[in-house]
Amino acid sequence: MITRLLLNGLGGRAWIVLSLLLGLPLLIVLLNLGFPEGSALHVPTYAIALLGKYLCYALLALSVDLVWGYCGILSLGHGAFFSLGGYAMGMYLMRMIGDRGVYANPLLPDFMVFLNWTELPWYWMGFDVAPFAFLMVLVAPGVLAFVFGWFAFRSRVTGVYLSIITQALTYALLLAFFRNDMGFGGNNGLTDFKEILGFDIQADGTRAALFLASAVAVALGYIICRTVVGSRLGKVLIAVRDAESRIRFLGYRVERFKLFVWTLSACMAGVAGALYVPQVGIINPGEFAPANSIEAVIWVAVGGRGTLVGAILGALLVNGAKTYFTAALPDVWLFALGGLFIAVTLFLPKGIIGTFAPRFAGKKMGSGQAEKGVALSEGGEVKPVNASAGE
Amino acid sequence: MRQIKLILLGLAAMVCVLAALDPSPARAEEDLAPLVAILAEGGLSERAEAIDALAATGDPRAVPILEALADGALMVRKADGAVVIAKTAGKVLALTDPVTGVALAEVASGALDKIKVNNRLRRSIRDAVGALTLRSKDTAVRLIAAKSLFDSADPESIEALEGAIGVESDSTVRTAMERALAASILASDLPEDRKLAAVTTITALGGRDALSVLTPLANGEDAVAAAARKAMTAINNTLALWDAGQAVWYGLSLGSVLLLAAIGLAITFGVMGVINMAHGEMVMLGAYTTFMVQDVIRTSIPGLFEWSLLIALPLAFLVTGAIGVAIERGIIRFLYGRPLETLLATWGLSLVLQQVVRSIFGPTNQEVGTPEWMSGAFKVGEMTITYNRLTIIIFAMAVLFCLMLVLKKTPMGLQMRAVTQNRRMAGSMGIRTNWVDAMTFGLGSGIAGIAGVALSQVDNVSPNLGQGYIIDSFMVVVFGGVGNLWGTLVGAMTLGIANKFLEPYAGAVLGKILVLVFIILFIQKRPRGLFALKGRAVES
Repeated sequence: MITRLLLNGLGGRAWIVLSLLLGLPLLIVLLNLGFPEGSALHVPTYAIALLGKYLCYALLALSVDLVWGYCGILSLGHGAFFSLGGYAMGMYLMRMIGDRGVYANPLLPDFMVFLNWTELPWYWMGFDVAPFAFLMVLVAPGVLAFVFGWFAFRSRVTGVYLSIITQALTYALLLAFFRNDMGFGGNNGLTDFKEILGFDIQADGTRAALFLASAVAVALGYIICRTVVGSRLGKVLIAVRDAESRIRFLGYRVERFKLFVWTLSACMAGVAGALYVPQVGIINPGEFAPANSIEAVIWVAVGGRGTLVGAILGALLVNGAKTYFTAALPDVWLFALGGLFIAVTLFLPKGIIGTFAPRFAGKKMGSGQAEKGVALSEGGEVKPVNASAGE
Repeated sequence: MRQIKLILLGLAAMVCVLAALDPSPARAEEDLAPLVAILAEGGLSERAEAIDALAATGDPRAVPILEALADGALMVRKADGAVVIAKTAGKVLALTDPVTGVALAEVASGALDKIKVNNRLRRSIRDAVGALTLRSKDTAVRLIAAKSLFDSADPESIEALEGAIGVESDSTVRTAMERALAASILASDLPEDRKLAAVTTITALGGRDALSVLTPLANGEDAVAAAARKAMTAINNTLALWDAGQAVWYGLSLGSVLLLAAIGLAITFGVMGVINMAHGEMVMLGAYTTFMVQDVIRTSIPGLFEWSLLIALPLAFLVTGAIGVAIERGIIRFLYGRPLETLLATWGLSLVLQQVVRSIFGPTNQEVGTPEWMSGAFKVGEMTITYNRLTIIIFAMAVLFCLMLVLKKTPMGLQMRAVTQNRRMAGSMGIRTNWVDAMTFGLGSGIAGIAGVALSQVDNVSPNLGQGYIIDSFMVVVFGGVGNLWGTLVGAMTLGIANKFLEPYAGAVLGKILVLVFIILFIQKRPRGLFALKGRAVES
C-alpha cells in the first residue's frame, strides 16, 4: 500500500531517477571493492570520495531547489545550514579521535589543548554519543532556520531582501566561526579525523559506505521533496511562489507554509553537510563563505529550477566541470563559472531539465506559468506578474 | 623611540652650532678626553660614573658623545685604543674624534670594538643629555629636554630642573619643566606636601602621560595616594570622553567609506531596483584605475604625482561608467523584472571581472601611493586625526551632495526619476527610457569607480577589494531604506559608528557580527528600511 502511495505520489518517471540514484553508486562501489587495483574495471578510491562529495552537493542543491524552485525563496545562505550540519558531524568525529591527537589528551580536542582550555565547553557535551550528534546534525540547522525564518517570514521580508539577509546570516556565521574563542577550532576548523562509528575513516570500505549513504540520502531527499511538492501542501507552496499576496488574501497563513518548507530544507542541507565532512576530512569556516551558497544556487539554475532532478543533475555537472577545470585550466575556471551564471540566466532560464526534458520535472508543475511572465488566476484572466510578486 | 631620535637629532644640530661658537675648544678637550677614555676602559659601573661626570661638566660637547654611546656608535679602535664615533659609509666605517669632532681615517668594521651599554646606562644617558640641554639657548631644545625628563621622572634631575626653572623665561618651556619637576618629585622620597603639590601639577597636565606618572602612587594609604587616586579618576573620565570622541571619529571614517561604496548601489539598487552584485567589482576597477594612473605618472611625469588622485577621479568615473553602460546593455536589460536572476547574472559577472583583473595584474596587492597632502595627522586634544581619513569623509559628503544635485536639478536627473516612477508614462512623454536606464546604471557604476579611487587610499588594492564591501554596502542601502539617499547617509554613518563603538567591548569581529544581527533584526521590524518609501510605490 505504501508502495502504491509512493507510486502515485511520485509519478512514473521518479522511479527512473531513483533507480539511477541508487543503482549507479552501487555499481561504482562494486567496481571499487570487487576489482583489484590495476584492473581495467577498478574505480579508484579517490574517485569514490570525489563522487561522494558531489552527492552531498546534490543533496544541498535539492534543498535549495525545494525553497527556491517551489516556494520562491532565493536563499543565498544555505551554505550556513550545510556547514552547521558539517560542524555537528565534525564535533562528533573530533570526539572520536580520543587520545590519538597530537597532544594525546583523552578529553579535549587538540585545538583546545593548544588554546590552554582546561575543560570541554558545555556545547561540546554529548557529541561523543553518535545518536545525539546525528540528531544535532538535524537540530542545529533546523533551529537556526526556524528562528531565522520565523522572524523573516512573519515580518514579510521577501524577494531580494530575504536573499540579502540570508547572505548576511552566513557571512556573520563565517566571521563568528573564524574566532578561536568560539570553540570550533577557529581558522583551521575541525580535521584529522580517525574513525566514524568505530570504523577507520580512511579505509576503502568506510569510504564506500559513506558514498552509498550519501546516495541513499539524496534518494531519500528526492522522495521527501517529491512527496512534499506533490501534496496539497506543495500546491500551496507553488501558489505562494507565484502570487503570495493572493494566497494570503485567500486565508492561508503563508508564513507557516514558508517556515515549514524552509526548516525542512535547512535540515536537508544539514544532512548534506554532515555526510560531506567525513568524506572530505575537514570542516572549516570557509564553508560558510557566501560564495559557496551562491554557487549552490547556480547548480540549481543550471539543472533547472523547480525540477528537483535538475538540482541533482546541475550539482553533479557543475562540480564535475569544476574538478576538471581547476586541475586542467585553473585560470579558466572562474571565467567559466561566471560565464555560466550569466549564460544560464540569459539563455537557459529553465535550466537543462526544464528546457530539454520537462517531463522529468514531475507533474508539469515544476516550471510553472510564472516563468512565462504571466500567472493564470482561477477565472482564467491573464494578469502580468509584477516584479516582486513574481519572484 | 622615535621621540628619542628626534631629541637626539635636535641635540646634534644644536651641538654643531655651539661647537662653532665655543671660544675654547682646547679647554673642553682637556676636560672631556679623560672622561671619554674612562667610558672605553672601565666596567659598567665606572661607565655610569663617567656618564654622570660628563653630565656634570655642563659641556654641550658631551651630548653627541653620550648619544653616540646610547646608539652604540661609540667605539674603540683596536689598533691604538682610541675612542671614536663610527658611522657606516658604504662598506667601511667613517670615524670622527668624539671630543674634537675631527674626521679620522675610514676603517673596516672588524677593526673596532663597540662600547657596550645596558638599559640602565641608556636611561642615565638620557637623563644626562636632558640635564645638559635644559640650559640650552634654543627654546625648542629646552622643551624637548623637559619632556624627556618628564618621561624619565628621575629624582636625581630635581636639582637641575629647579635650577633651570629659576632662570627660564619662556612660559611654555617653564610649564613643561614644572611638570617634569613634579614627576621627578613624585618619584622621589621628598615630604608629603611637596608631593601633594606635584599631584596637582600633574592633574592639570591630564592625559595618558599623567596617568602613567600617577599610577604607581595610587597603591597606598597616605594622603598622596588618595590625591593620586582622585586625580586619576578625574583624568580617566576626561580620557573616556576623548576615547568616545575618537570612536565617533573612527566611526565617521568607516561610515564614509561605507557611504562611498554604497552611494552607487543606492542608485542602481535603490533607484532602479537592479541588484548589482558586481558593484564591488566596479569599486575595485576604480581602485585599479588609480593604480594605472599612478603607474603612468611614475614612469613618465613624476612631477604630477601630487595630482594623481585628482586625475584618476574622472578617469575612474569614465572607465567604470562605460563598463556599467555595457553591463546594462549587454545583460541587465534582458532581466528587468526578474531581480533574482539579475542577482545571479551579476554575481557571475563579478567572478569574471575579478578573474580578468587577476589575470592582468596578478593576485597580489598593488601599491597605490598617497600624495603628500593626504599623509600625516594632527591632534585635537587626545584624538588623532589623519589627513587621508579626513579627506575621505569630506569627499564622501561631496559625492553624496553632487549626486543629489544631479538627481534633483539636472534634466538627466529629472528623466531618471520619471522613468523609475512610471516607466510607461515617461516613455509616452518622449523620454528614451532605454537610454535613461543605461545612463542611470552608468552613473551608479561610475560613482562606484570614484569610490574606488578613495578606497585605494585606505584599503589593499587587490582583485578581492570589492568583495569585502558588497555585503556591507547592501546592508547600508537596505538599512537606510531603498531609494533614499539621505537614508543611505544615515545608514552608513550609523553602521560605521556602531561598529567602532562595539569594537572595544566585543572585538572587531564580534562587533561586526553584532551589527549584522542587529540589521537582520531591524529588517524584521522595518522591512523597507529606516526611511521607507510610503504609498503605492512600496508594493510595486
